[in-house]
Amino acid sequence: MNTEAIDMNSRQADTAPPIRKPVSQVGAKVFGGISMLFAVLALMLLAGIILALTVESWPSIKAFGPGFIFSSEWNPPAERFGALIPIYGTIVSSIIALVIAVPVSFGIALFLTELSPLWLRRPLGTAVELLAAVPSIVFGMWGLLVFAPIFGEYIQPALAATLGQLPFIGVLFSGPTMGIGLLCAGIILAVMIIPYIASVMRDVFEVTPAMLKESGYGLGCTTWEVMWRIVLPYTKNGVVGGIMLGLGRALGETMAVTFVIGNTNFLSTASLFAPGNSITSALANEFAEAERGLHTSALMELGLILFVITLIVLILSKLLLLRLSANEGR
Amino acid sequence: MELLARRKLTNQVALTLSLAAMAFGLFWLAWILVTVLQLGIDGLSLSLFTEMTPPPGAENGGLLNAIVGSLILVGLGTAVGTPIGIMAGIYLAEYGRYTWLGRVTRFVNDLLLSAPSIVIGLFVYAVVVATTGKFSGWSGVIALALLVLPIVIRTTENMLMLVPGPLREAAFALGAPKHIVIYKVTLRAARSGVVTGVLLAVARIAGETAPLLFTALSNQFWSVDLNEPMANLPVTIFKFAMSPFEDWQRLAWAGVLLITLGVLGLNVIARVLFRAEKLH
Repeated sequence: MNTEAIDMNSRQADTAPPIRKPVSQVGAKVFGGISMLFAVLALMLLAGIILALTVESWPSIKAFGPGFIFSSEWNPPAERFGALIPIYGTIVSSIIALVIAVPVSFGIALFLTELSPLWLRRPLGTAVELLAAVPSIVFGMWGLLVFAPIFGEYIQPALAATLGQLPFIGVLFSGPTMGIGLLCAGIILAVMIIPYIASVMRDVFEVTPAMLKESGYGLGCTTWEVMWRIVLPYTKNGVVGGIMLGLGRALGETMAVTFVIGNTNFLSTASLFAPGNSITSALANEFAEAERGLHTSALMELGLILFVITLIVLILSKLLLLRLSANEGR
Repeated sequence: MELLARRKLTNQVALTLSLAAMAFGLFWLAWILVTVLQLGIDGLSLSLFTEMTPPPGAENGGLLNAIVGSLILVGLGTAVGTPIGIMAGIYLAEYGRYTWLGRVTRFVNDLLLSAPSIVIGLFVYAVVVATTGKFSGWSGVIALALLVLPIVIRTTENMLMLVPGPLREAAFALGAPKHIVIYKVTLRAARSGVVTGVLLAVARIAGETAPLLFTALSNQFWSVDLNEPMANLPVTIFKFAMSPFEDWQRLAWAGVLLITLGVLGLNVIARVLFRAEKLH
């Protein structure tokens, strides 16, 4: 009897609604803390890069001062270093790349947003994005062994015979036609950055409200007029942001440039046919074999200069793109 | 009427040029792919996968040590970079979305995303190689992990942002603490996007050469010791392509074919995977 009562009791306790303890938030706190730690880690990475590069390049900064940027002498045995030629090569090849890539990218984006039949849009867009995914070493090797010989044999003489005859800019397209050189590097870079710029342009063109475009068409505008006078002004910031993004890529591109720029630290002519050097290719070619000391340090300073230039370009690009997305809400 | 004719002509010209630009873009892609296929298949042989990289002047040889080295470096780099990236991405989307720390980190991460990879190589050289005194596989792994990081952070954050708020609220209403909500609900909902991001990151680092030049360097011999310089495909291709030996260039083309197929394959898989999941 007694035991049964006890049994009843315990059974009752079993079926009674359990009293729920408040959910422990310790796990959530710990998890949040860890995730924050890693986010801060990513943040510190940028500061760490700048700091490490500055520390490593300090001997060179001290030895050469600001003259480093303006001196064209690069003489490892004599331990005299100046960054002018690599900086010149980096900037010139990137400008060539932009001059070619910007109009082409605009054309591609125009085609993808306005002209292409719907069923073609996705495959063509994918193709352009795949071009962006091709590793730069493939571009480089292809540029050196396939493109440069053809470029030197047929295209450079043709350029010299046409553009080379013009006053003023003619000097840019003169001199021996070797294939490799600043112009060749610029063209390969252009092919590499076209997909980046084109995809940003396409994306920003797509955010233009359909109402705006339709109003244009309603007034009798042609496709080109809608594009040039309505879509482009509306997306101006985004377009410039995309171009800057491409510029950032071009400035920091290593492999594609190293193969075809010619890698020489002497520059005597203004011709774009001439071989040159870029910051990245100087690093790629010399760094692993450089003597620890001033040579390494000077190369580190080159890297620091490159990083600072690219950061400025990328920050501008980012701010412009942010400005566009801020406008979107209106 | 003359004005209309001129406007129409301008339009025609512009649209034709746009078509030409598209053709121009596709032309390069096709040209590069065709050459890589042609010359790469030419260099393909069984010895590619069974023999080591040859010394200068020697005939034959393969890329076995470089292929294995690349797999190890890319695999470990991804394994190190991915969890950190996912956690940081979670912070940006779930904890710090509106905080200043979140905003700054997001901005900086976008900068790192497009920062020159060679600078990452220099950084790892300064921090790891210079302090340990030698080039090593580990330093290559670290450099690649640092490249994976911003890509994974970015995609994880973007994908988590796409998860609708009510899903979170429903989970909270059931009494789940935040980390369980993230782990079992939001992260799971964003899974395919996150995986896509990781695949794209792998594709990106698989072809990276510049950061490995000063870290993992290269190794002519078989070595899986991460404390020693390690052979890898991109640096081997760089070395061989620049060389005057025809045999080396053939091997380099074969290597380029492997990398290109791998990278494009990963991209296609990532796309298909992401689209398949989206359709559900």
